[in-house]
Amino acid sequence: MSVCTLRINERDVAVPTGTTLLEAARQASIPIPTLCFLEGLSAVAACRLCLVEVSGADGREEPRLLAACVTTATEGMRVQTHTPRLQEIRRTVVELLFTEGNHVCAICVANGHCELQNMAVEVGMDHSRLPYRFPDRRVDLSHAQFGLDHNRCILCTRCVRVCDEVEGAHVWDVGWRGEHCQIISGLGEPWGAVEACTHCGKCVDVCPTGALFHKADTNEEKHGHPERLQALVHARTHQEWSP
Amino acid sequence: MTKARLATVWLAGCSGCHMSFLDLDEWLLELADLADIVYSPVGSDQKLYPENVDVALVEGGVANTDNLELLQRVRASTRILVSFGDCAITANIPGMRNMLRGSDPVLRRAYLELADGSGQLPKAPGIVPELLERVLPVHELVPVEVYLPGCPPPAERIRAALEPLLRGELPQLSGSDQIRFG
Amino acid sequence: MGDCLRLCTAASCRSRGALALLENSDRPVKQVGCLGPCSEGPLAAMGDQLLSLQPAENESLGPTLEAALAKSREISAEEPFLKLQRRLVLARCGVVDPGCIHDALSQGAYQQLQAVLAADDPSAVIETVRRSGLRGRGGAGYPTGLKWATVAAMPGAHKVVVCNADEGDPGAFMDRTLMEGDPHTLLEGMAIAAFAVGAQQGYIYVRAEYPLAIERLRTAIAAAETHGWLGTAISGSRISFAIELRVGAGAYVCGEETALIHSIEGRRGVPRPRPPYPAEHGVFGLPTLINNVETFGNIPALLHLGVEAYGEGTKVFSLTGHVQRSGVLEVPMGTPLRTIVETMSGGAPPGRSIKAVQTGGPSGGCVPASALDTPVDYDSLKALGTIMGSGGMVVLDDTTNMVDLAAFFIAFSREESCGKCIPCRSGTVQLEMLLRKLLERRGNAADLSQLESLCHTVADASLCGLGQSAPKPVLSTLRHFRSDYLELLQLAEVAR
Repeated sequence: MSVCTLRINERDVAVPTGTTLLEAARQASIPIPTLCFLEGLSAVAACRLCLVEVSGADGREEPRLLAACVTTATEGMRVQTHTPRLQEIRRTVVELLFTEGNHVCAICVANGHCELQNMAVEVGMDHSRLPYRFPDRRVDLSHAQFGLDHNRCILCTRCVRVCDEVEGAHVWDVGWRGEHCQIISGLGEPWGAVEACTHCGKCVDVCPTGALFHKADTNEEKHGHPERLQALVHARTHQEWSP
Repeated sequence: MTKARLATVWLAGCSGCHMSFLDLDEWLLELADLADIVYSPVGSDQKLYPENVDVALVEGGVANTDNLELLQRVRASTRILVSFGDCAITANIPGMRNMLRGSDPVLRRAYLELADGSGQLPKAPGIVPELLERVLPVHELVPVEVYLPGCPPPAERIRAALEPLLRGELPQLSGSDQIRFG
Repeated sequence: MGDCLRLCTAASCRSRGALALLENSDRPVKQVGCLGPCSEGPLAAMGDQLLSLQPAENESLGPTLEAALAKSREISAEEPFLKLQRRLVLARCGVVDPGCIHDALSQGAYQQLQAVLAADDPSAVIETVRRSGLRGRGGAGYPTGLKWATVAAMPGAHKVVVCNADEGDPGAFMDRTLMEGDPHTLLEGMAIAAFAVGAQQGYIYVRAEYPLAIERLRTAIAAAETHGWLGTAISGSRISFAIELRVGAGAYVCGEETALIHSIEGRRGVPRPRPPYPAEHGVFGLPTLINNVETFGNIPALLHLGVEAYGEGTKVFSLTGHVQRSGVLEVPMGTPLRTIVETMSGGAPPGRSIKAVQTGGPSGGCVPASALDTPVDYDSLKALGTIMGSGGMVVLDDTTNMVDLAAFFIAFSREESCGKCIPCRSGTVQLEMLLRKLLERRGNAADLSQLESLCHTVADASLCGLGQSAPKPVLSTLRHFRSDYLELLQLAEVAR
């Protein structure tokens, strides 16, 4: 296995060829924020929180902004993960996420265990500089066990990917476009009416916010369980099924 | 040393932030040595917002004409305005009515559609303040110096903000103990 | 057919009644594509003589073609609009009947394809394209020869050539003009590209809003297959190349190449990060060459003329807005902007003056009147903070408020954002809200600085070209017409 050496925040890091910048940084204990990324699912580079400044790749010297989750480390790359420009982008991204939905932490099932709520802390967002939009969004409670509150959805598409790539049911997809985008089940049917749903709950486990939840959960009771997905993917990949 | 002039203000919120303020318990005694409470629903009988306030903790979103008038007066007479709690910072729960798009649909929903047959819209000009079309966070209407998120902000967080403020410094709040929403 | 009356029945003249004239006619008429100055339409031509049939337009009874011809106004070939053009891509547009392959063949169609097949040297074709300096006419200006060479160098027996005909910029209709007026030039250019890079399958991704272009492309593809210029063993060679039409469903973002690929594959038209680039991993995972209509349209002319005579090449523009004469024109690369918008199109309406020219649509910016002597080429326009773009050129006179213009384009990008990444999905909404606030005279200096800062964030952080360039109309108007913004702030101050 060949190895390449790159520099992340003035630290030399050696990783196997083909490693993404996100993996390389995490191996070096350099945290890069992410929301749409989840180990075990394909990377889509949609949330833009993992943007880093990269120079020295392909002979280009001027720093370029690249999503760490989909950019492969190459020899001689120089990466900056927390410049003022990146911090401004990250805070603005989180403000855009908060203001485009209706994220009322105080009454949310995921309060205290929410990746978006934690991200606000991480990027230092003590208020939004952009105005709140208060969109009119729906709640789908048609499924027997689970609920979907579109007010809390950040369109990370983890549910879409886990259902398609891991469960193989493809119950979820994205409907409409732009600001009207929303997660849809089946062909835009109520979730409970979609026969393809296996009721496995993987979408609920990987949802970073309180958008997908167990109906039995009340305020602050929802915990995400991405580790369940990762255990399953590990077991499948390595054919190791014993607990 | 002259004591700082401290106010707390209650706009459209549940008063939970003020309850949390009272949770400062025995530190309130120290606070009394450091500051005069010149206006507060829980610490003063003063009915009109005074002049020359050093620090004001403003709880709640801005939901009606009374809130708006009071906020403007607070802003005009206060050096450091602290947006105190999630309702002040995000409009939070009072702001959920904004999804109904306007005050009229909200009143109709609350007083007619959900009434048991004898509902009527509240209307008492000069007595009952008119609702604004939308509930707004404080900083969308007036400049704010310090943000203290939380629903409510825990007492320790309030103290972490007040201590530097009463020393004449702006607090540098960060981390989940100090700036978490919810 | 030489002296037969030619009548433009392409979209613009059609919208001004060309079809009614065609029906009310006893003489033989050849239907052709765009003749150029659309604002004078309906247009007809006889030999070198160009005739505007507009004078008869307002007669109470639908005029017969004879009556319209009797009242017609000749547009002299000496007029700058016509005289200063150099028609390479559009050489046969307005001359041939786009529905008749025999007409096209009689005027040289597919001769360059035949020549390259006979020479059987794909790398020589690529070398010619590279040496010509031809750059992508879709707007980004990527060197075409380099792109072809990259796809040609990819391993694998199966490759794809895609023509991006999803022309969606407001005010852009150059590609439509070629597809409606001379589809065989496009097909020939694609087939030459397929030969050069080793592709067997081609797609033309054309927007559904172009029904006539779609109809004429369908006819042309079928005729080219029948005559052996597309399909298996083209012109007796071992080369096979088939072209399928893919009709878009109204999403502007599908003009972005990775979204376009997804759409061709039958998936949701959203972009993905690059790399991998389409040259490596394109349609159905195959190495894919994607060029736009006009780029392919350049190929037959380039091969016909050779690199020396081709020179700097040309650029097709669709000219609209506050000018006296609008339409489609093809000019030598490097023509000063002033020549196009003042000399050729007659400048602003009487009593008004040109304030700016918007190029590149919602991904571009504006050129202020003070910079009208800028030559139209990729680098000069980039230096001014705009882009060459695909060729839409909107002229704005001094009655235009540039903040209004910026808000229009941001509203367009907001509507067309696919919604995949948050900076574009939500950032364009916030940008429009800020611009509306300024326009409604409710803004302050803080809003202006927030507008600027958010523009940079959306441009830096968005996933694809749509979001990355969406703020350009705002940044460009802020750069050249900041006074329009400051005036709105002053009016807001007065209102308070």
